[in-house]
Amino acid sequence: MTSLALPRWLLVPAALGTLFVGLPVVAMALSVDWGSFGSLVTSDASTDALLLSLRTAAVSTMLCLLLGIPLAVVLARTSGTAATLLRSVVLVPLVIPPVVGGIALLQAFGRRGLLGSTLEVAGLQVAFSTTAVVIAQTFVAMPFLVLSLEGALRTAGTRFEEVAATLGAAPTTVFRRVTLPLALPGLVSGTILAFARCLGEFGATITFAGSLQGTTRTLPLEIYLQRESDPRAAVALSLVLVAVAVLVIGLTRARREPVGGVVS
Amino acid sequence: MTLPLHLRVGVDARDVDVDLTVAAGETLALLGPNGAGKSTVLAAAAGLVTPDSGTVRLGDRTLSDATTHAWVPPHRRGIALLAQDARLFPHLSALDNVAFGPTASGEGRAAARERAAHWLAEVGMTAYERRRPRELSGGQAQRVAIARALATEPDVLLVDEPLAALDVESAPDVRDLLRRVTHDRTTVLVTHDVLDAALLADRVAVMHEGRVVEEGETGRVLSRPTSDFGARFAGLNLVRGVASAGDLRMPDGRLLHGIAETHLVDGAPASAVVSPSAVSVHLEPPHGSPRNSLDATVTDLEPHGQLVRVRTDLLSADITPPAVADLGLRRGSAVVLSVKATEVHLHPA
Amino acid sequence: MRSLRTTSYAVRSPHGFRAASAVVVTAALLALAGCTSDRGAVEPLGDDPEVTTSRDLTVFAAASLQRPFEELGRIFEDAHPGVTVRFSFGGSSGLVAQLAEGAPGDVLATANEPTMADAVKDSLVAGDPKPFASNTLQVVVPADNPAGVRTLADLAKPGTQVVLCAPAVPCGAASAALEKAAGVDIRPVSEEQSVTDVLGKVRSGEADAGLVYVTDVASAGSEVTGIDVPEAAAVVNTYPIAALRDAADAGLAAEFVALVTGTEGGEVLADAGFRAP
Repeated sequence: MTSLALPRWLLVPAALGTLFVGLPVVAMALSVDWGSFGSLVTSDASTDALLLSLRTAAVSTMLCLLLGIPLAVVLARTSGTAATLLRSVVLVPLVIPPVVGGIALLQAFGRRGLLGSTLEVAGLQVAFSTTAVVIAQTFVAMPFLVLSLEGALRTAGTRFEEVAATLGAAPTTVFRRVTLPLALPGLVSGTILAFARCLGEFGATITFAGSLQGTTRTLPLEIYLQRESDPRAAVALSLVLVAVAVLVIGLTRARREPVGGVVS
Repeated sequence: MTLPLHLRVGVDARDVDVDLTVAAGETLALLGPNGAGKSTVLAAAAGLVTPDSGTVRLGDRTLSDATTHAWVPPHRRGIALLAQDARLFPHLSALDNVAFGPTASGEGRAAARERAAHWLAEVGMTAYERRRPRELSGGQAQRVAIARALATEPDVLLVDEPLAALDVESAPDVRDLLRRVTHDRTTVLVTHDVLDAALLADRVAVMHEGRVVEEGETGRVLSRPTSDFGARFAGLNLVRGVASAGDLRMPDGRLLHGIAETHLVDGAPASAVVSPSAVSVHLEPPHGSPRNSLDATVTDLEPHGQLVRVRTDLLSADITPPAVADLGLRRGSAVVLSVKATEVHLHPA
Repeated sequence: MRSLRTTSYAVRSPHGFRAASAVVVTAALLALAGCTSDRGAVEPLGDDPEVTTSRDLTVFAAASLQRPFEELGRIFEDAHPGVTVRFSFGGSSGLVAQLAEGAPGDVLATANEPTMADAVKDSLVAGDPKPFASNTLQVVVPADNPAGVRTLADLAKPGTQVVLCAPAVPCGAASAALEKAAGVDIRPVSEEQSVTDVLGKVRSGEADAGLVYVTDVASAGSEVTGIDVPEAAAVVNTYPIAALRDAADAGLAAEFVALVTGTEGGEVLADAGFRAP
């Protein structure tokens, strides 16, 4: 193992950076009214919001995987202007404010949007439904999965895929047994990022899906609303959201260790 | 089953254009420097690059044809590729690596594992079947890779610099194993090591800048190369000139005495092959009567096994390090090279 | 094979560490300083004898007041050379929360009296707040009125997609009061954070109808139609204004309050759809 010297002064901005990120969370934990914490976070509105958030984030993450994995593979294995263009399109949700994303989604899936009337004829009412929440979350979270997985796929390269093909593996077999397992660390971290992004989604949801307890009011929306009426509840719920995020990351990391090394 | 392979392929992007035939069960070594296009030829055979022209045929199957756009994808070719690095799938055990091919072609899990165990035994790696690739040495990994390729029972084996990444201790073992497994298989072996070619190949094709510059039976090419590159890989001196009364007249007018193996027509182009070990180096014209005693200038000195290869503007000579020191050789030294006529093999160019 | 192991970095201990950290901290502080306002800074403006100082007046006002207040700001600036009126528009309770946290401001105008009462309770306000305008709720529908809404009772019909303000925010409280007064039970498809969100959803046609203030309907122009609700007269929302205790220039703050509560202010507010308090 190499032991490379690091300029010591780097530690100061690094420590400041840690403090900058960590302090607000610590401060929030300190300001929680622990005496009423239990009742604040177990109110009907709070549990509805938490359950809705977990449910929609799980479905949205599945959608991200379903659509994002093929997209990442296509991006990682193609080059040229078409690929560059495709990548720019896919990354748009990452660089636009979520509110703008919500407005864009309205133009596409809203009742008066491009597809809205078609969907309505098909009996699919998107507006103000949980479906709209899932659409908003998938929209903002997918780039995280695609970026992360594409990077892993590019790093892994095509060498193993070529060997697999000469061993008689059809493209689907290669994809399933070689491409995906080799990109697994990237896939896992991409999935965590996407799930966390879904869980935290606010702007696009409030713009596109609305806010109704049990249907569209996810935890971030509930927190924002509670700010108006009961700031103590907002702080308590925020802490719950942080705890859920940390828990998810912790669980996936723990499961991920045995996967071991990546070959480059 | 083993089949003849016919490669007549052009790949424009790499400026490769070759026409090679490997008979059923034969091993053809592709010799050449880096960038000569050897690996491109293998990739075209395996179906990993699409040739811009020509055809690849295996037995009576056409694997690719640039004019009709016929194309058999890699996984249906029955051609296995062994690369310089073993490229074992890092997420699978040695056994599962070997079982990969059989499973991929539809064999049941148990049968595939049984077959894999058999091939691991063949390469002497049974004890390592549960190991992950990262727990194997380079030589062990290469053995598993060989078993993995053979487990698919390929019609053709493509081998790309199989020993280049191995240390000196494990290379001989793996070479020996390769000799065993390529013995009666149609094999194309890419190498820049003349030893691999000498020990493994029935025939040799020398490539330079995307073209085959010399092709022939291994013993012939390595002992009497007709191309500069063939000679370079064989580690032999090749001198070109014209036949002159049973000897060779070099372009500078000097005469090189030698032994003609076939009849040489006076005035026809001819070449002489001389082993560097047959050449001795002097500062003064030597006493006695070697038939050939030629003035030359040292252009380079480089280690060559236990000896030093003295390159000159005429012939290379292999001499001992003490001799180099005694003679005080350095670049630009004027020397006299001597070589017995019996060590100079003349043949028509 | 590349492992997931990361290279470990040992920390060297050269000199210059403290100096470097000082540079970083100083730079950070300077950057922060650059972000703060120069509010109240007095600087000579050169040779114009009329104007010797440049002053800022910061007004915290409810979002619904944006249009009339921006116009009143221009009027105030014309009457007071050298003064720049700066606005912070937002939800009333949020504004009060910001002021309570120490945000610098000179004047506060809220969308209802309870919020102003909070500000008074927190001793943020100088003197008694003055009511200067009132607002009532109206049913708002898209211009083409796809659900054929005519009365408040139509909002309770099944299948009509209605959005309201959440009960936790003032416009939601007002909506609930109106429902009660009219004896109507509306099941909204969404409870929005603010009245502008309700208006936006109706404007875009996502929702068939909503309850917003008359002034919001006026500001949206021809894209929406307002429908008067007789019972709304019982749920009048009164807007109070007050100078703040920590105002940098109490006189200037009082003058702005006077403008808003005076005849000129009344006219501008009436143009925007507000009624007298």
